[in-house]
Amino acid sequence: MSIGNGVKEPGSARLALSLAFAGFISGLAIIAIYEATLPTITANKAEELRQAVFRVLPGVTRIRKFESTPEGLKENPEARGEEVVYGGYDPQGALVGYAINSAGPGFQDTIRVLYGYAPAERRVLGMWILESRETPGLGDKIYKDAEFVANFEDLAIEPQIVAVKKGTRSAPNEIDAITGATISSKAVARIINEGHQRWKGRLPAPDGQPGIEEAEQ
Amino acid sequence: MAREQSSYESFIKGLWRENPVFVQVLGMCPMLAVTNTALNSLVMGLATLFVLMGSSFLVASLKHLIPKQVRISLYIIIIATFVTIADYTILALLPAVHKELGAFIPLIVANCMILGRQEAFASRHGVRMAVVDAAGMSAGFMFALLALGGVRELLGNGSLFGVDLFGPGFEPWVIMILPPGGFITLGLLLLLFNWIAARKRAFLAEVAATEREML
Repeated sequence: MSIGNGVKEPGSARLALSLAFAGFISGLAIIAIYEATLPTITANKAEELRQAVFRVLPGVTRIRKFESTPEGLKENPEARGEEVVYGGYDPQGALVGYAINSAGPGFQDTIRVLYGYAPAERRVLGMWILESRETPGLGDKIYKDAEFVANFEDLAIEPQIVAVKKGTRSAPNEIDAITGATISSKAVARIINEGHQRWKGRLPAPDGQPGIEEAEQ
Repeated sequence: MAREQSSYESFIKGLWRENPVFVQVLGMCPMLAVTNTALNSLVMGLATLFVLMGSSFLVASLKHLIPKQVRISLYIIIIATFVTIADYTILALLPAVHKELGAFIPLIVANCMILGRQEAFASRHGVRMAVVDAAGMSAGFMFALLALGGVRELLGNGSLFGVDLFGPGFEPWVIMILPPGGFITLGLLLLLFNWIAARKRAFLAEVAATEREML
């Protein structure tokens, strides 16, 4: 840069051009890094979701992806979004339960939860946080604190999940809230309750569950 | 900056004498926001190092081509590009850490320490010195982040880099993890830093006085 050495001021066209050129180069660089990292990022996310399905449905060896349609559940491996559930099957091909996505507001931002649900027993089998921006060190214990996560292994979902003060858990539908993160703990319970309200009417009756045979085309 | 400094001096001044956090009090937003654990501090420090070194290198290389009327906008374009590269790279390679740092990686663009170094140093020096200066400043920034993050994680969670140190008997000082803990710790560290600097000045003055007496 030449400062104060009497060089003629550059014209506006040159200034605009240099900015446009820099913007162009920057755009190219950003597109390049986006394209380069996109496959890894997508694969990471899909793998994380797959792992999560196996975590919330213990004993499952095979999963199928279903989409909720007005005619009931339809298998659709390409389905995305809110209307998707995963069916998890044990080695004998019997349905263990469904992995259900549910999201809602937490203390900071939206929390996305995946929970395993056994329709015959009406129980939650496991819970996994897919996305959360809860306060590091406090609210993030909803997924970092193994004790809290263990609350959701075999938990009654009806009439509804209730978060109680840590150590006072007594009923089968109660979870111990995290000390210092009561709002986040209650949010997880509420998100699963809402997911249950949304899905309980749409899952097939216990004797009409889709079996694994249909999966093997 | 009239006097040409050696590379070593240039590096050390960022780490200590002109430390961006403790002396210049710059970059407070990430400083307070992400330093609740030592690991977050480390990744934030590394991302800042990458952005600052890349930007300083480019700005120093292109300084004769950058019209001074639009230099700030051009610096920001350069910085933002490096930040986006760092953001996607961390998302692809360390998705778990990216989750923790969230919005604060894109916000490196707004770290005034980085723009400040472009304007105050990289645009007036050669490429080598600019890169050394950037390395020193980033090292100083990372040192400060780790000092703050280490203290806060240790007292607020009883651990360091996720390793539990005090056992189950330790009652964590929850406030250290929360924003007030950041302000308190930063205040105490600034106090310590200024106290050391004042002691050093007093000592040097004393040495000078003794020398004068000897003469």
